[in-house]
Amino acid sequence: MEKIGSVAVFGAGIAGMQAALDLAETGFKVYLVDNKPAIGGVMSQLDKTFPTNDCAMCIMSPKLVDTGRHPNIEIITNADLKGIEGEAGSFTVTLKKRPRFVDESKCNGCGDCAQKCPVTLPSEFDEGMGNRKAIYKRYPQAIPNLFAIDKMGVSPCREQCPASVNIQGYVALISMGEYKKAYDLIRERQPFPAVCGRICHHPCESACNRSEVDDPVAINYLKLFAADYVLKNGYIDEEETECASPKDAKVAVVGAGPAGLTCARNLADQGYSVTIFEREDKPGGTLYTGIPNYRLDKQVLFKEADAVLRNKHIEISYGVNIGSDRSLVEIRNEGYKAVFVATGATKSGGLSVPGIDTDRVLRGIEFLHDVNVGKPVRLNGVVVVLGGGNVAVDSARTALRLGADKAVIVYRRTKKEMPAYPWEIEEALKEGVEILNSWTPAEVIAKNGRVEGIRFHKCAGVFDIEGAFSTDISLDESMVLDADYIVTATGQVPDDTVTRDLDGIETGAGGRFVADPLTLQTNVEWVFAGGDAVSGPSSMVEAVAAGHEAAESIVRFIEKRDLREGRHHSPQKKAPLPHRSVRKEARKKMPMLPVAKRMSGFDEIELGYDEKNASEEAQRCLNCAGCSECMMCVEACGCDAIDHMMKEEEMVIDTGAIILAVGYEKYDPSGLHEYGYQKYPNVVTSGEFERILSASGPFSGHIVRPSDHKEPMKIAWIQCVGSRQMREQGKAYCSSVCCMYSIKEAVIAKEHSPALDCHVYYIDIRAFGKDFDKYYERARDEYGVKFRQARLSSIDSVPGTDDLIVKYFVDSVDCDGGDEVKEERYDMIVLSAGLVSNSCNADLSRITGVALNKFGFIDTHPLFREKTSISGIYTCGAASAPRDIPETVATASASASYACALLKEERHTLTVEKQYPEQRDISNEEPRIGVFICHCGINIGSVVDVPSVTEYAKTLPCVVYAEQNLYTCSQDTQHKMKQVIQEYNINRVLIASCTPRTHEPLFQDTLKESGLNPFLIEFVGIREQCSWVHMKQKSKATQKAKQLVAMGAARAKLLAPFQRSSFPVMKKGLVVGGGVAGMTAALNLAEQGFDTYLVEKDKELGGNLRDIYYTIDGEDTQKLLSDTIREIMENEAVTVFTDSEATEIAGYVGNYTTVIRNNVSGEETQIEHGAIIVATGAVGVNTEEYLYGKSNTIVTQTELEKRIADGETFKNVTMIQCVGSRDGERPYCSRVCCQTALKNAIRIKKRVPESIVTIFYRDMRSYGFYEEYYQKAREMGVTFIRYERERKPAVSLNERKKPKIRYHNILLGRSLELSSDLLVLSTGMEPPDNKTISNTLKVPLNGEGFFLEAHAKLRPLDFTTEGVYLCGTAHSPKNIAESISQAAGAAARAATLLAKEKVQASGRTVRVKDRICSGCGICVEICPFNAREIDEQTGRARVTEVLCQGCGLCATACPNAATQQMSFTKSQIYQMIEEAV
Amino acid sequence: MKQKEESMEKENRAFEPKIIAFLCNWCTYAGADLAGVSRIQYPSNIRIIRLMCSGALDPTYVIKSLLEGADGVLIGGCHPGDCHYISGNFKARRRVAVLKASLKEAGLEPERVWLRWISASEGAYFAETVEGMVLHLKQLGPNPLKSMWAI
Repeated sequence: MEKIGSVAVFGAGIAGMQAALDLAETGFKVYLVDNKPAIGGVMSQLDKTFPTNDCAMCIMSPKLVDTGRHPNIEIITNADLKGIEGEAGSFTVTLKKRPRFVDESKCNGCGDCAQKCPVTLPSEFDEGMGNRKAIYKRYPQAIPNLFAIDKMGVSPCREQCPASVNIQGYVALISMGEYKKAYDLIRERQPFPAVCGRICHHPCESACNRSEVDDPVAINYLKLFAADYVLKNGYIDEEETECASPKDAKVAVVGAGPAGLTCARNLADQGYSVTIFEREDKPGGTLYTGIPNYRLDKQVLFKEADAVLRNKHIEISYGVNIGSDRSLVEIRNEGYKAVFVATGATKSGGLSVPGIDTDRVLRGIEFLHDVNVGKPVRLNGVVVVLGGGNVAVDSARTALRLGADKAVIVYRRTKKEMPAYPWEIEEALKEGVEILNSWTPAEVIAKNGRVEGIRFHKCAGVFDIEGAFSTDISLDESMVLDADYIVTATGQVPDDTVTRDLDGIETGAGGRFVADPLTLQTNVEWVFAGGDAVSGPSSMVEAVAAGHEAAESIVRFIEKRDLREGRHHSPQKKAPLPHRSVRKEARKKMPMLPVAKRMSGFDEIELGYDEKNASEEAQRCLNCAGCSECMMCVEACGCDAIDHMMKEEEMVIDTGAIILAVGYEKYDPSGLHEYGYQKYPNVVTSGEFERILSASGPFSGHIVRPSDHKEPMKIAWIQCVGSRQMREQGKAYCSSVCCMYSIKEAVIAKEHSPALDCHVYYIDIRAFGKDFDKYYERARDEYGVKFRQARLSSIDSVPGTDDLIVKYFVDSVDCDGGDEVKEERYDMIVLSAGLVSNSCNADLSRITGVALNKFGFIDTHPLFREKTSISGIYTCGAASAPRDIPETVATASASASYACALLKEERHTLTVEKQYPEQRDISNEEPRIGVFICHCGINIGSVVDVPSVTEYAKTLPCVVYAEQNLYTCSQDTQHKMKQVIQEYNINRVLIASCTPRTHEPLFQDTLKESGLNPFLIEFVGIREQCSWVHMKQKSKATQKAKQLVAMGAARAKLLAPFQRSSFPVMKKGLVVGGGVAGMTAALNLAEQGFDTYLVEKDKELGGNLRDIYYTIDGEDTQKLLSDTIREIMENEAVTVFTDSEATEIAGYVGNYTTVIRNNVSGEETQIEHGAIIVATGAVGVNTEEYLYGKSNTIVTQTELEKRIADGETFKNVTMIQCVGSRDGERPYCSRVCCQTALKNAIRIKKRVPESIVTIFYRDMRSYGFYEEYYQKAREMGVTFIRYERERKPAVSLNERKKPKIRYHNILLGRSLELSSDLLVLSTGMEPPDNKTISNTLKVPLNGEGFFLEAHAKLRPLDFTTEGVYLCGTAHSPKNIAESISQAAGAAARAATLLAKEKVQASGRTVRVKDRICSGCGICVEICPFNAREIDEQTGRARVTEVLCQGCGLCATACPNAATQQMSFTKSQIYQMIEEAV
Repeated sequence: MKQKEESMEKENRAFEPKIIAFLCNWCTYAGADLAGVSRIQYPSNIRIIRLMCSGALDPTYVIKSLLEGADGVLIGGCHPGDCHYISGNFKARRRVAVLKASLKEAGLEPERVWLRWISASEGAYFAETVEGMVLHLKQLGPNPLKSMWAI
């Protein structure tokens, strides 16, 4: 098998990014896969980080940018793992990439789309408290800097609409006042929006998800509003339709009703010539002839029909009766390729009742037709209408308007069964129409050949049990109504004369045409039929739908394509009710014409919404589908980047190893009812509170409570929500980070408003990390955060307010004993929600085969916590256990280390290095500046007058060229820039656009590609600093932009090229310290292919590991020791020096020369190496407390462990925790003592179950999965007694020299005493004297003497001095597995250096003018990176460029200005100042 | 006399102070960027000069700005503890403290020079700072050095 030099990292939070960067820097291609549209994970959502209170985004964003920009990291967003094949070293991974709907190669992140997007959704990034648009960036600094669209399926309203009108889309457009756009969007699927708004039976509203909250959105009224707005303003009167180029085919449409017109429009839109044959004198079909004017003003219909008919590809012939005037066959012979028959159902169905042919018995359809087409129709007296459908109701209401005294509808079924729309029946009743139900006509009573009345029989039912038509008439019961007129409205049938001349066309029940339900093709292949003519009387929107289908079929028929292919309606995912709380808000009522005013004529009775009502109603829409597909973004995008048709893609990548860095999810406390989460608005989760605190959060960093946006005065944090839960089996572990983040949140909240009262309710404060205890104590003592050890009973609201009551039990004597429920009132409560395993783990496990632990986290080797159960698949960060950020980062590097070791032979096989042309020598050239000014679509151009800035730029000194670009960053502009640089011989480039922080590297690359030194660039931000922040001050923004350009040009002319110096790397490592960390680090480096020196001051390797016999998990540590030593001895790449010390270390990153002296023989060896790993460890605290040393019955845990390992049994053992830790001398937690005590206690109890084991503790810090052992110990009967720092147990020896412990019982509030056979002291760890190494390596120590890493959060294994790394207990106390993690991680960090041939200076370094340097040494003192030193020979200051980070401190401090920072020279800045005023 | 006062007052009302800002690349410059990305509006009186670190601020930049006629100078750096270069912001703090003392000696109001810690996520605070400074400088009136040139 050939191995592959690439690694796939799943999850691009801080763990994934760190692993990716380490791997890419060591020479591997990395695929960084995330299921979100942007990388950054949870850390990007955090406000500050503990214990340094660093701004999370500030410290993280350089990592984000590095990841986004790394040539060997390919970021794949919106993707999930789908399949995997192969084995360690060579995997084939299949990914499923969900569509972003934004072309990643075109989008430049300008945000024009989001400005226009009408759909506002809750922002996931702001935990639902803020809003975002449907097209969005996850957060402002998102990498990749691209927008994305989420689609949740098809909205239920649209799914219900027969014509599939994009309802959510037009409602959204109406909500933002875009009425014409809304109208046009409706018209895409419904050519008659205004008609539809009046008469549609709106099935969409029945489907509306909003009805689950209150009432459905008044979709139809909104459509009516938008349509009327457009019609009233005459927007469509003269509208020119865009005509497609004509196609050489004619189609005939019979009937200009909604089906016929829709079909004609769709065909004409594609360029087909359509001739419509219409029997009436006007278009509209039944809409014209059948619907009374009070429901549909005919002028509205004609306007919309005209808009369709204006298409020059459509011709219409009125007054043509196909069938009698011309036949279909004739039409066919005239060259029409196909015919669409859409003649409607225009004839009344027959009614066989004696006397029905009497004078003044009218047929409903014909009656309405005559009234509608304007024939004089008179009625008077009593009109009886027979039937129960819309025609019946229309006839009755029309009759009243024509002058009838009374209109009575008689229907054979019940009112409920009436097919007429209920709202029409309701209006009819209001207007005075009477309705009699369950009567069937028996006989028309006539006198003198004219109607006089009508007799009815009672009708009990219409259908029999099987549902077949069968009237159950009771002849015994009858009645007679007097009547002057009778209108029959009992059915509608098509007029089949149209096909009279066409042989063999099939018709069915009621004379309806038979057509294929999918294609609408009849049995005559060139004849298609649809609408009421096929379906019988139905709604106009169904007819429109038929028109669409007919057009589609006809096109396919003409083009001789398959009529059916791909047309089966595959069920689309229906968007569910959005999961969020929605404020109830009643649906807006439609204003109606008062009944009194109706009868005088045929005026429309629905008056329509006003703009305010429409806008408010539209905002009730829940945006179920997310994106509404209104296409506003498509229009807004200047880059043509948005593609709503994107489909899910499958990607296959070949990769040698896999790292699962999928992180965790936040526990959702809504299932725990006693906490009141989601019931009370001011109970928030810690994640939500982070966003509240964040300056870029939903409240801009003002601490307010959600219910009323008032500043809270008192907040409580409730710890262990979803952690340490006994009743919820899956949450029995400790989430490790909640104590600290809650303390941090309380501290930051106090910083926001010092008067704020912050209380933390806890079980144990688990501040076990480096410098955590100090932070806890500062929070308590300096900030005044109050901590209360208590158990929560419940959280309730204070009636009538948004305040909350915490009810709790206290285990403290100060509160009168244990069981009493106390309570306290708060303005706001933060639930410290735990970390739960990522829900995607189950899928990952199924696909990859990696095992999960019982809590759903990825299971790992207990000692090698990055190794999963599958070889070649590693994990890191919170994917495998709850972890804080530094641990996450360390494990990420460790996972990279293992992957590197696996693939070391393939290093640099898949990575790329870009080749550039040789740089032009410009030293003898006058400055020639080329200026490129960006419009950024409209982002800059709409505010800043870019053309005038460009003209102005041309007048500036040294400027030889200036141009404006739509997007300066676009591919084509980059290309042009290169040409311009050549053509005009430009040697300085000035870009005026967005911000150098994101875009400078891109332009620097372009400069390099055109043969210029990349430092010959100047960048001014006229978007972030002008157009976006002075939107309403256009002239001032322009003036400022000009001045910024002038400042930039002034500086540009002074820019000088410089080469970043580089030095070869000595590809060997030195590890100082041969404990478990040092050994692991050395072995990892060697396994990655680097020769390594391991120096140990003792005569044997092993360090503290020699004294440890087993871990709490039961791992045999002595076996680990011997295995590791054996592997080291067998590995030729490791050279071990025991009894030795590194006495002199000289050099700098990549190039060290070190002298190693053997302390026994005095022999000295000089070695050369490129990197150093410090693993000098820690030692056990020596104590004299608790009479230690006075009796052999008082021992340390280490001594106990040895005795247990030797097989000794114990009857009565007492342990005291925090001996020599968390006190004045050592204010830190030693982290391992609690687990050690538990480990030994369990061993003792296991061996002798009846033995007595008592543990005195302050806080049990059994973090993470160790919590289980705490539970287990308690179950086994170990007694835990809490003591306070101020009241430590007092130990004395009894007459038999056995320890006697007197202690203060907190629960009982008095002193008690117990005796024991053995007292075991949990003594902590302390650093050895590290001063010598600290001085030799110039790396700092913290206050307690542990080494101080470069950054507590994101660079836990690095020193600020490049090339020197740190791991193990030299960093801070930790257990074996944690030390191994750090050691492997440090090896990966070192490998990022050793894998390179050369190490390059990082950037804008400083240079020294020897001539004026006085050698005063101020620069040496001020440099934080040891990059400055005095050359002993010349006496002048020197710069070690590889170490220089480019801060410029020394340049500023230099009294002679001998040191100057390249690109930030004083003269450059002075020039800018001059131009700025 | 009164007329003169009135006309001076009028001038002050119309007076638009010029502010030069020296912002560190990692925090405050990024904060200014975020103000832009978030479309937070603030007065256009400010001209930003980017430095890699607030600790690289040479006091002569401030003096030069004031001599050239700027009415105010804003220096922006990372919050204490957040410095990308470990402690450059503390060095800025010390320098500015000394500088302000000497400005006073020179007869210039030290409150023309503002030092603020503004993080990359504090776009709104950046905008507020500019707004506050413009307001303050309007009350303070134009840089007196300007009228001295006239002489």
